[in-house]
Amino acid sequence: MRSPTPAPYSPSGAGVRPSLLYEVRKVLKYESELNPEFGQDVAHKAHGENLFACIQCGTCSGTCPVSHYMDYSPRRIIAMVRSGFEEEVLASSTIWLCASCYQCTVDCPKQIRLTDIMYALKQKAIAKHLYPKGFPIPIMAEEFYKGVAKTGRNSEGSLMINMARRTSIFNLFKYTRLGMKLFTTGRMAFKEEGIENKEQLRLLLRGIEKAEEEAR
Amino acid sequence: MKYLYYPGCSLKSTGKPYEESLKAVFSALKVPLEELRDWNCCGATAYMAVNEVKSFGLSARNLALAEKQGEPAENGHVQLIAPCSACYALSLKTQHYISENEDIRKKVERGLKEASLTYEGRVDVRHPLDVLMNDIGVERIKEEVKSPIGGKVACYYGCQIVRPYATFDNQASPKSLDKLMEAIGATPVQWAMRSRCCGGTLVGTIREVGFRLNYLILKEAEKKGADTLATTCPLCQFALECFQPDVNAAFQEHINMPVAYFTQLLGLALGIPDKKLGMQRLFVPYKKAQIGG
Repeated sequence: MRSPTPAPYSPSGAGVRPSLLYEVRKVLKYESELNPEFGQDVAHKAHGENLFACIQCGTCSGTCPVSHYMDYSPRRIIAMVRSGFEEEVLASSTIWLCASCYQCTVDCPKQIRLTDIMYALKQKAIAKHLYPKGFPIPIMAEEFYKGVAKTGRNSEGSLMINMARRTSIFNLFKYTRLGMKLFTTGRMAFKEEGIENKEQLRLLLRGIEKAEEEAR
Repeated sequence: MKYLYYPGCSLKSTGKPYEESLKAVFSALKVPLEELRDWNCCGATAYMAVNEVKSFGLSARNLALAEKQGEPAENGHVQLIAPCSACYALSLKTQHYISENEDIRKKVERGLKEASLTYEGRVDVRHPLDVLMNDIGVERIKEEVKSPIGGKVACYYGCQIVRPYATFDNQASPKSLDKLMEAIGATPVQWAMRSRCCGGTLVGTIREVGFRLNYLILKEAEKKGADTLATTCPLCQFALECFQPDVNAAFQEHINMPVAYFTQLLGLALGIPDKKLGMQRLFVPYKKAQIGG
């Protein structure tokens, strides 16, 4: 059972609103305020994942290593998606705290690939800019995405700098000691690594974009 | 036969000791490795949160390049070694989704075509642990052991080596790393954390959640009396080792647990000098316990 009073929040949490991690939210809505197509829409985006087969057993929530930090447990997210709570689901911390460990996916008795559903929801939230301002995980996803498009590889150094630029510049200081240590042990590349045939990668990704636009 | 090797971004930076020890071990066992030319990032978990099909496109380029560069094994497939669990799982996921989902296949094929690439599905994505245990074999490794390591090892597999696809080990309770550690003289501890998630990038984003996940793994290993963790993934290694001071500060602990790559421990047993295995790059130093010493 979760305690009804929110646990004390430490401000060290990289600019996260306390309510995002600790407050249990209760949502009441009239049916007319819901999006009746949301469930089908998400199922389609997650390759026809049969989230309507969910029996609400809670195996996903029980097996998830981070469910107790989420504002809605994975089981509740599935119920809310089916019922059309679009805004609440897309603005939830749940979808971002999912670290893709696939434990729920392999344990679900109805073979629902929950990790894919979480990805579909993340993609929707990013497309609609429906995540809390300054929330570091979607910002990291966007910066990572841009970095790979630019060079074909990920560079931890630039990723950290670009994230700090969009969250809080003070975040960089947290990593000073770590950065120094990585540097002295030869585990940090200062030169931005990239692939040679960037044009080939650009054409490939553009081709997929075109195919996606045509499918719309 | 030559194995192709897809390092991924981590093995060229924070996971450098993984690359060094992997190369040293394969060379000591006389199994040639050749790096995949012009490989790109697999996109890991972050890229897929923005666009899934393009993420499959990233892996498809690597698979296409591998098919072109590599020489096929007896089964007609190029053997591509992906040591990073994220690269490994995503390459496998890409193969599954482009063969099982027509919509995804068509979009990825369109991308490959525009980039003048082809992929026929003749690549086997392999984890080095799989290659060591199932191609080279534990008997052969035992023959090559020159100075067995003693002590207790907590084998930590992480998530993505067995999930969502377990291609060479038991998904619920993997054992191959335990067997390998036994073969080189160490005693694997019995523990339940072997494939529990470390949280990956959470240590750098929602830090208190990431620290807690890593704390549970480190503390359990300590309680079981492990002398070191043995890991198979550069992201787990980075989180568990490099953030250990932060974890200790957050939980008022004094954990001092080495987090070595399994290839480093294997290399030590094969008699490879510390430097060639990147032992000096570890933040928490590991000293080999001699058998009987």
